[in-house]
Amino acid sequence: MDKNISFTLKVWRQRGPKEKGAFATYEMKDIPGDTSFLEMLDILNESLVNKGEEPIVFDHDCREGICGMCSLYVNGHPHGPATGATTCQLYMRRFKDGDTITVEPWRSAAFPVIRDLMVDRTAFDKIQQAGGYVSINTGGMPDANALPIGKDIAEEAMDAAACIGCGACVAACKNGSAMLFVSAKVSQFALLPQGKPEAAKRAKSMIAKMDELGFGNCTNTRACEAECPKCISISNIARLNREFIKAKLKD
Amino acid sequence: MAKISSIKVDSKIPEGPLAEKWTNYKAHQKLVNPANKRKLDIIVVGTGLAGASAAASLGAMGFNVLNFCIQDSPRRAHSIAAQGGINAAKNYQNDGDSVYRLFYDTIKGGDYRAREANVYRLAEVSGAIIDQCVAQCVPFAREYGGLLANRSFGGAQVSRTFYARGQTGQQLLLGAYSALNYQVSQGTVKVFTRYEMLDLVIIDGRARGIIARNLVTGKVERFAAHAVVIGTGGYGNTYFLSTNAMGSNGSAALQCYRKGAWFANPCYAQIHPTCIPVHGDKQSKLTLMSESLRNDGRIWVPKKLEDAKALQAGKKHPNDIPDEDRDFYLERRYPAFGNLVPRDVASRAAKERCDAGFGVNNTGLAVFLDFKYAIQRLGEDVVRQRYGNLFDMYEEIADTNPYKEPMMIFPAIHYTMGGIWVDYELQTSVPGLFAIGEANFSDHGANRLGASALMQGLADGYFVLPYTIQNYLSDQIQVPRFSTDAPEFVAAEKAVTDKIAKLMAIKGKRSVDSIHKELGHVMWDYVGMARTKESLETALKKLAEVETLFWSDLFIPGAADTLNVELEKALRLLDFIEIGKLMAYDALNREESCGGHFREEHQTEEGEAKRDDENFSYVACWKYTGDGQEPELIKEDLNYQYIKVQQRNYKN
Ligand SMILES: Cc1cc2nc3c(=O)[nH]c(=O)nc-3n(C[C@H](O)[C@H](O)[C@H](O)COP(=O)(O)OP(=O)(O)OC[C@H]3O[C@@H](n4cnc5c(N)ncnc54)[C@H](O)[C@@H]3O)c2cc1C
Ligand code: SF4
Ligand code: FES
Repeated sequence: MDKNISFTLKVWRQRGPKEKGAFATYEMKDIPGDTSFLEMLDILNESLVNKGEEPIVFDHDCREGICGMCSLYVNGHPHGPATGATTCQLYMRRFKDGDTITVEPWRSAAFPVIRDLMVDRTAFDKIQQAGGYVSINTGGMPDANALPIGKDIAEEAMDAAACIGCGACVAACKNGSAMLFVSAKVSQFALLPQGKPEAAKRAKSMIAKMDELGFGNCTNTRACEAECPKCISISNIARLNREFIKAKLKD
Repeated sequence: MAKISSIKVDSKIPEGPLAEKWTNYKAHQKLVNPANKRKLDIIVVGTGLAGASAAASLGAMGFNVLNFCIQDSPRRAHSIAAQGGINAAKNYQNDGDSVYRLFYDTIKGGDYRAREANVYRLAEVSGAIIDQCVAQCVPFAREYGGLLANRSFGGAQVSRTFYARGQTGQQLLLGAYSALNYQVSQGTVKVFTRYEMLDLVIIDGRARGIIARNLVTGKVERFAAHAVVIGTGGYGNTYFLSTNAMGSNGSAALQCYRKGAWFANPCYAQIHPTCIPVHGDKQSKLTLMSESLRNDGRIWVPKKLEDAKALQAGKKHPNDIPDEDRDFYLERRYPAFGNLVPRDVASRAAKERCDAGFGVNNTGLAVFLDFKYAIQRLGEDVVRQRYGNLFDMYEEIADTNPYKEPMMIFPAIHYTMGGIWVDYELQTSVPGLFAIGEANFSDHGANRLGASALMQGLADGYFVLPYTIQNYLSDQIQVPRFSTDAPEFVAAEKAVTDKIAKLMAIKGKRSVDSIHKELGHVMWDYVGMARTKESLETALKKLAEVETLFWSDLFIPGAADTLNVELEKALRLLDFIEIGKLMAYDALNREESCGGHFREEHQTEEGEAKRDDENFSYVACWKYTGDGQEPELIKEDLNYQYIKVQQRNYKN
């Protein structure tokens, strides 16, 4: 059985994008180890509401590591200390009695804070709208088995496609680069025959959009890969660069 | 007794033999020419599989689409969480599958409470969904030869489920999202994220727009269109604890109900047999372990009560119970389907064993799902390859290693078969209002088979609605764009802002969640897996108490004209209470057991669900009659012409 722990929580609170934020401190008592990190925040919020105060705002939805909504920077790590897991998959048994736990929003110029721990990630949608698709309409497609695809290729494409669009890679990067996110999508499409015809063009337009939206450059620090909850590999960035060069050569 | 309306239902089923109905429909429906499409606006609420595929397809056809979701990106709709797979009658495995067999399995799985023509069409378009997804670069699992792989799911004896690891919903939704993004880049679709629909606007009897709240600014805004499509998902969160995402809600459906759209079969809720059991009272949601696990996992409880008692007290380890003392109760009761019986059957069987005292965890509300045998047969590597991510997920939550000891599972609320009533064209009883995906009631009868919600959502969005909506819009081309200054919009907006003001003014002491939990307990205890006349009457009384508590003691901090998460939740909770009542009314009226709806008074000697086809072979459509009033019941008779209605048999 998990035991209960007590700890100090330092949480970033900020009314709006233009307002100054600050840490607020809360003492948490007797939290069972099998409570998830977000359930722990629910407990805190319940107590705040019961005192007539406004709860801490944070994004979340599926609470099983797949929607990419949760986005907390816990003790200096996007999604906290666990590897290969999102914030919502973090359980309190990872922490010790007496710990101080610091919770901040993603910090990046391209992701302005909306309130407290909630940030605006619409920049990610805009990048996808710049080329994260195959230009086809609905209907009239060839039979799904018309074109065999090697199992290893399909698996590699799936590895890249597993990205949940959470933005931890950007939050982890000192340059605020979105290269891991962009490369995951570009790779998935570049690997598969249906995505190949537009591969180079896609790489170019998604990178251009990324630059335009204020994301930084990639200087190969690999922080993104280390913090990505879906273990997206930076080998995707190499593939993105190859596609990008191809596009440049065509220009 | 429910008040029965004399309205005659026209479900607009096309003429002709079953297999030709859809072809005939498409051949004779009215179309809108390309130049006119640009002049027509369509609001699609929801960006899940249903909403995103519909918005993208309508955009691609040339309509002007406005697409809404409550999350910060369309990609985060709850569909993203679907794990196991999607059915399609491709017969790639050459195991005897066909459109007819998928149709048959779905009707039977739904316990003969779905419409034949709709389900046949669903099976008919299922293959094209897979083609579409592959063209979008959805990385489905493949065999070494490069062809698509399949697995089996409950309720079927063929292998027709396509999957992408344990993340099928994610990959399908990202495919639909990419199609949506293409249309956004083409200027045909405009996406409104972090917006919540709060009411439907009706002008001259037709759906003409919505009122939505910008969740970041708190501003209540008006949007007009020639038609409105609801793809807002299911209402499983009425129970507070469910496998649904935290934001999943039934509010848009209920708003439509209040504006005249009928709500069909609300009591049909699916309880999924393989979820991680409840722990503690702070839990916020339940986690599903994919049904695909039942392919290789064996479900059991101890044969001896004393072993169960020892497990409950933590004095015995499951691995210490020898095979001969294990009761593989599904294999015992249902030899033909074994661990792959449909969900309703598996859930009730687990409840039966736990009620008899054989539960295996400290609360006595869990059974084992054991992979020991699969590991012996296939080796750990193969098992890891098939289910690795699910095992990891289980270990992180439950803190035990499923490679070494059995998982513990228990049934949980998962899906709602009921929803907004639609005809064959997916149009509701309000002209110009359409409903797709889990939000409608259409194809799953009283019980949905695994891997068929994804199929239905995408069928509706890619291949059905884009045709049928044109039949409606073809005579709307002369109708100019609506001004949102119309008195109907002004009145609808005022009603919404008044309601919000009323909620903010309660200023009681209780948080939204604390009241929602109470609602959840009432629903689970009295409108749950086994229902009786008595329990349902108690439920209605208790729901009235929850409602009183809500109006007298709710507290929402902060202000309404800015971001306010508690206000968002309060608005949804109010609708969940209303849905809870509808579910209880419907369950009370349906004096039979079928699929996910089990009335204890109506069971066979072996404890199986006992249908009453004589009296209940109908869709129960509920019509709103005013606040605080009992709704009226409208019956749509179900006529089976192509399938022989039988008692479901998964035994032999
Ligand atoms: C854990 C889990 C696993 C599952 N696995 C499978 C599986 O393997 N196979 C299968 O076939 N099915 C599965 N299902 C069921 C299936 O995922 C759902 O039924 C299906 O995805 C629903 O899709 P949808 O498009 O109808 O709704 P959703 O995906 O729920 O989308 C609803 C959309 O509506 C929006 N919305 C809601 N309310 C409002 C509002 N008021 N205003 C504006 N927008 C609003 C939301 O933002 C969202 O975009 C699973 C379900 C769960 C919970
Ligand atoms: S690459 Fe990883 S960290 Fe970045 S958005 Fe995708 S899942 Fe999140
Ligand atoms: S809440 Fe969905 S990934 Fe964390």
